[in-house]
Amino acid sequence: MLAKRIIPCLDIKDGRTVKGTNFVNLRDAGDPVELAANYAKQGADELVFLDITATVERRKTLAELVKRVAHTINIPFTVGGGIKTVEDVSVLLNNGADKISINTAAFQNPQVITDIANTAGSQCVVLAIDTRQEEDGEWYVYLHGGRTKTNAKCFDWAKKAVDLGAGEILLTSMNHDGTKAGFALDITQQFSDALPIPIIASGGGGTMQHFADVFLKAHADAALAASVFHFKEIEIPALKTFLAKQNIAVRL
Amino acid sequence: MKLAIIKYNAGNIQSVLVALERLGVQAEVTDKAEKIKAADKVIFPGVGEASSAMNSLRQNNLDQVIKELEQPVLGICVGMQLLCEHSEENDTTCLGIVPVKVKKFQSGKELIKIPQVGWNTIYDLKSDLFKNVPENSYIYNVHSYYADDSEYTIANCNYGLEYAAAVKKDNFYGVQFHTEKSAETGDQIIKNFLELL
Repeated sequence: MLAKRIIPCLDIKDGRTVKGTNFVNLRDAGDPVELAANYAKQGADELVFLDITATVERRKTLAELVKRVAHTINIPFTVGGGIKTVEDVSVLLNNGADKISINTAAFQNPQVITDIANTAGSQCVVLAIDTRQEEDGEWYVYLHGGRTKTNAKCFDWAKKAVDLGAGEILLTSMNHDGTKAGFALDITQQFSDALPIPIIASGGGGTMQHFADVFLKAHADAALAASVFHFKEIEIPALKTFLAKQNIAVRL
Repeated sequence: MKLAIIKYNAGNIQSVLVALERLGVQAEVTDKAEKIKAADKVIFPGVGEASSAMNSLRQNNLDQVIKELEQPVLGICVGMQLLCEHSEENDTTCLGIVPVKVKKFQSGKELIKIPQVGWNTIYDLKSDLFKNVPENSYIYNVHSYYADDSEYTIANCNYGLEYAAAVKKDNFYGVQFHTEKSAETGDQIIKNFLELL
């Protein structure tokens, strides 16, 4: 049976792992390669590296870091941040990344999703969506690491991206990110139940029960979190044991 | 031992090379027919789309080279699919070494997401490729297409239906999952391949 995935996310800035609350107030959280190796040892199912400075600073890739990570860990990892073209993707894959995630550039140029899918396969295209629920109750797409609001509703964009060839969706609720108050169950469930590709829920995981909820109630395929893992508030082996006891399939 | 990794336009060559380096094994990534033929073992990796991968092989005449290999060959993911007869992915005629068809997952009675992404278990393990690998070990998958279960199946997996997680015909082995990304289980399978006679 396919297991639910636990994915620690490492936000990278200037080669260091950082973590903030609601996309600001960044704190140093250590060396990414060391953290990655440690997570792999603890039983993380996958890792995501997001260069949160990339879009603003137009920094192209994390090629060097990707190479070091690939030489260290034996589980899959996704790399995102500043990816705009098929060439950007090739550089990362050639350095050992398994998947790439694309966010702002895909929204601005949706064709790139198809271009990447056609050359590298849909399975390596993770569409990242940062979304915020506004006072009107609708979930809108935000760009540039959460700094730019659009008028697009996130579910509409996700549906379009699936048609264009996205292989997975990494859905981050900006309302929940950094709050440790639980994942955005409603929008995650809407995505999981209506879209034919895997959904990675992100933002808000603070307790082990929050992870159980996002799998059992919101039907997410994977759950991603950063600070609770970085600062060892939740240990992955204990989390997986907890989930297994609630009959959630996990890799132990 | 000389180990060759076939170089062509398909994704995870670097991942496979790096996995071997982690295990302390040297390999040469090459598209030269004579080097591939002279290797003791050959790994045929692949991530991506079947028809462009086949075109890349044909452009370099590697399709013929692979068919004629007599040493152990391990196809991984799309590499395995290309060892088969035909893939539904863009209606691609593959190498035809293992007479099995590659089909697309369909969400049916049991609702499944496509691609299958993540860790699933393999069972009914039948070959030395799985020496010291317990039944129901977790392996990592990323794929939308699968090889039909057949007499060539040496490991099964279930995702909406039962399919071949691994195949073998003569000296040709194929695994659908990513040995290079399957933690300790994957490392063990790579070691087993390297020890095959």
